[in-house]
Amino acid sequence: MISLDEVDHRLIRSLARDATQSAGALGRHLGLSQPATWRRIKRLEEAGILRGKRLRLNREALGFGVTVFLGVKLATKGRVSLEDFERAVSAIPEVQTVEHVLGLYDYRLRVVARDLADFERVLRRRIMTLPGAGAVEANVLLSEERLTGPLGL
Amino acid sequence: MLDDMDRRILRHWQADAGLTPAELADLTGLTAGKVSRRIVRMQEAGVVQGVAAVVDWAALGYTVEVSLRITLDKTQGNAFDRFLDEARKLPEVIEIQTFLGRVDVRLSVIARDMAHYQQIYRAGILTLPHIADIEALMHVARIKSDEALPL
Repeated sequence: MISLDEVDHRLIRSLARDATQSAGALGRHLGLSQPATWRRIKRLEEAGILRGKRLRLNREALGFGVTVFLGVKLATKGRVSLEDFERAVSAIPEVQTVEHVLGLYDYRLRVVARDLADFERVLRRRIMTLPGAGAVEANVLLSEERLTGPLGL
Repeated sequence: MLDDMDRRILRHWQADAGLTPAELADLTGLTAGKVSRRIVRMQEAGVVQGVAAVVDWAALGYTVEVSLRITLDKTQGNAFDRFLDEARKLPEVIEIQTFLGRVDVRLSVIARDMAHYQQIYRAGILTLPHIADIEALMHVARIKSDEALPL
C-alpha cells in the first residue's frame, strides 16, 4: 500500500465531492502547482484508491420513486452456480448494485423502480425467476446519507 | 422535462462519467455547445447533481466492510433521531440508510481488519442509543456497483 499524507487526504475528499475540478483548480486550493497535483491524482488512480468517476443523478426527478434493498438467499446451495446467478442478476437493468455477503443472506441487491407496482413487476418477473433464487426480504429505502468516512480530521 | 436526447446524453454519461461535453457530443451527434447547454439545464433542474470520484476503501487499507442491519426500540419517542445523530459521529460509518420494512436502519461500517472491526463494534456501535437488535452481513465481494439508472 502506498503511503499518503494530509494533502492526499484532502485531495481525495475534494474529488469525492466534485470530480470535475481541474488539477489547476485543485492545486490552487491545496497550495500545489498544477503538475504536482496532477502527479498526485495519477498516483492515487494507479494505486486503485480513486477508482473512476460516478455521475450523480436525482432518481426522483428522473421518475424512479422507489428504491428497495433485497436480501436474497440462494435456494439450493451447491447445486446452483454462483456465477450463473451473478451473471443473470447483474444483467437486470433495474438492479443497481449486487453484493455477495455472508450472514442471513447470500446477496444484497439495490433495485430501483418507478413505483411500488413497477417494483412488484421487477420482483416477480425478473428476480424471483433467477436461477437459484430462494427466500427474499425487501426493505424500502426511506432516506440515505453517504458520509466522508475515516479520511481524517 | 427531459426529452429523448437528454436521456441519450445521460445514458452515455452514466456509462462513463469521465466523458467531456465534446466526447458526449461525438456520441450523440450534437455539437459540444448544445450538449453543454443541455447539461447546464439538467443541473439547474436538479436532475444532474454532479460527478463524484469513487473511492476504494479496500485500496486505502480498509479491507473489512460490514453491513449492520439494526432494529430500533421505537417505544422511545425520538429513537430514530437520537440514533442517527450518534451514528453520524462514528468515522468508520460510511453510509446510513433508513427503511420501511423488517429493518429500521442499515449502517455500512469499514475497518482495517477484524480486530479493528471488533474494536469499532464494541466501543462505537454497541454504545449507540435505542438499539433493539443487530444483524451483521459481512461483505465478501462487489459484483455490480455502477448504480446506473435504467434510463
